[in-house]
Amino acid sequence: MHQSRFVRNILLGIENLLLHKLRSFLTMLGVVFGVGSVVAMLAVGEGASKEAMMQIQKLGSNNIIINSIKSLEDDSANTKNARISIYGLTYFDHDRINDTFPHVRKVAPAKLIRKESRVGAQTLELRIVGTTDEWFELVPRQILAGRVFGEKDVQDFANVAVLTEFGARKLLATKNTIGQPIRIGGDSFVVVGIIKSEEGQAGNLQIPDQQVDAYIPLSTIRKCFGDLFMKTAAGSRIREIVELHQIIVQVDAIEDVESTAAGIERMLQNFHKKKDYEISVPLALLKQAEATKRTFNIVLGSIASISLLVGGIGIMNIMLASVTERTREIGIRRAIGAKRKQIIIQFLIETVVLSTLGGVVGLAVGIGIPCIITYFSDMPTVITLGSILLPLLISVGIGIIFGLYPAVNAAKVDPIIALRHE
Amino acid sequence: MSIVRFENIHKHYQMGAEQVRALDGVSTTFKKGSFWAIMGHSGSGKSTMMNILGCLDRPTSGQYFLEDKDVSVLNDNSLSDIRLKYIGFVFQSFNLIPQLTVQKNIELPLYYLGWQADKSAQRAKELAAKVGLETRLNHRPAELSGGQMQRVAVARSLAAQPHIILADEPTGNLDSVTGKQIMELLAELNAEGTTIIMVTHESDIAAYAKNRLHMKDGKIENIE
Repeated sequence: MHQSRFVRNILLGIENLLLHKLRSFLTMLGVVFGVGSVVAMLAVGEGASKEAMMQIQKLGSNNIIINSIKSLEDDSANTKNARISIYGLTYFDHDRINDTFPHVRKVAPAKLIRKESRVGAQTLELRIVGTTDEWFELVPRQILAGRVFGEKDVQDFANVAVLTEFGARKLLATKNTIGQPIRIGGDSFVVVGIIKSEEGQAGNLQIPDQQVDAYIPLSTIRKCFGDLFMKTAAGSRIREIVELHQIIVQVDAIEDVESTAAGIERMLQNFHKKKDYEISVPLALLKQAEATKRTFNIVLGSIASISLLVGGIGIMNIMLASVTERTREIGIRRAIGAKRKQIIIQFLIETVVLSTLGGVVGLAVGIGIPCIITYFSDMPTVITLGSILLPLLISVGIGIIFGLYPAVNAAKVDPIIALRHE
Repeated sequence: MSIVRFENIHKHYQMGAEQVRALDGVSTTFKKGSFWAIMGHSGSGKSTMMNILGCLDRPTSGQYFLEDKDVSVLNDNSLSDIRLKYIGFVFQSFNLIPQLTVQKNIELPLYYLGWQADKSAQRAKELAAKVGLETRLNHRPAELSGGQMQRVAVARSLAAQPHIILADEPTGNLDSVTGKQIMELLAELNAEGTTIIMVTHESDIAAYAKNRLHMKDGKIENIE
């Protein structure tokens, strides 16, 4: 019985709202746009952060990336030979990381050099990364043609080269180039494969694909070119010895990432006099990104809730007018025997019906806008269950909060005066 | 057996610096099944008396016993309950709710009593038939004549089977022919046993009542 009365109250509310279709519709618009903007903003925010997270995840949440950096305090004073700066990760670091830490599954080193190279008639300076076969497992890339080099190539100091899409484009290499000779520095190599390049990586933590033209085995680089790197620039010669530019470490389980990273940090501190390395943990970045996302959502949410507030005030305004207009009706109901509470409920239900209806329409608008955005631009948008439920809840809440004052006003009406009201 | 007993009822209003004694020590008794007309000029206190009788207002002092229950001390909530269960109102200006149909208007007290929808619809139909409006159930008040609207109001006042019907100038907005019809309807209800208290200033309308009470300056002038 009680429930049927509740349903009748709602039906009565809808009937009363339908008496003034245009007014109800206009009143509703405030909530429609408020909820619409909340849903749309959440979807855009969610989409943006999801994209950032996907990029970080591409780096591998199980991975730790260590880069060589030229230390600020580094220079002449600390090095034996003032003309040569020696810094960065070493082959020993690589081996020690590989041997010491129980949770380390794979370690891939990278050494970046620039060498004059020639394929057919093309002569260019190529950016070459020397690495091991593990690299291709930790940084998986689609093979466009041929193959990547394996463990045996590394052991055999094989003169093989894998071109990236970028490098291949520069050298005008095609599938037919596979098996062709390529001259790098003074040595002759064979092109064995071409791999796809990925677009920008989050924060360029990893040696970015755009900066690499070819991969060759690390062992071969050491045999052929050594570790000294020379560059003539602006009249002065730069001479550097950097054994490894990057080490990517894969840990076997996510829970061990942070402890292993801390262990590596301690170990490197012991063996490096200067801080000429930098440890990045994508997992930590991921966590940070999540925190950023939360802040972002709160900011967007608060901006959008201002429009909800405006919508709520609009409803309150109209309901106050409606109460005045219906003073006589309230008086009649009170004279017949309606309690104050019942008058409050009647008006409250009307407001809640109005705002909830606005919320539902607003939800449709809010889902529609991101779909249009995604359709016309590349911006990804994501609608979560939370971003649907929250605005709906809020719109019901707005009905209650902004409906309460007019409803209480209605109940305060003195029936004797109300019955005389014209 | 008395249904209404007023004991030295006072109702005072403050109008600026002046105190208005709308009711100034009224004591009277109305018996069950009676038909009273309360008469007097405007300002005589008959409307105030009606408001207090209808539990819409509380006396400043004095006691009002409704079926031996002192209602002058009840709070707003309990007074609403008394109005719902004991009293049916018929107003001069009908006071129907314009957006509701005839049937819904008649059902209104039953809605607040918490009746089931089908049961109250049944009762509304019976009452509409009683006042001769069974064919107008789905009309809205604006589509009815004054006499028909007052019939709906009478039907509504009967819905919750009240102990008293209070009629405040029930014919004031009607022409003499329809006014007569409404008075005949009220007389018929009284003949069936319903207590009716009516406020009027027209003596030919008051003639339908069995007893007449004349008010003057907040006091009872005479009773006939």
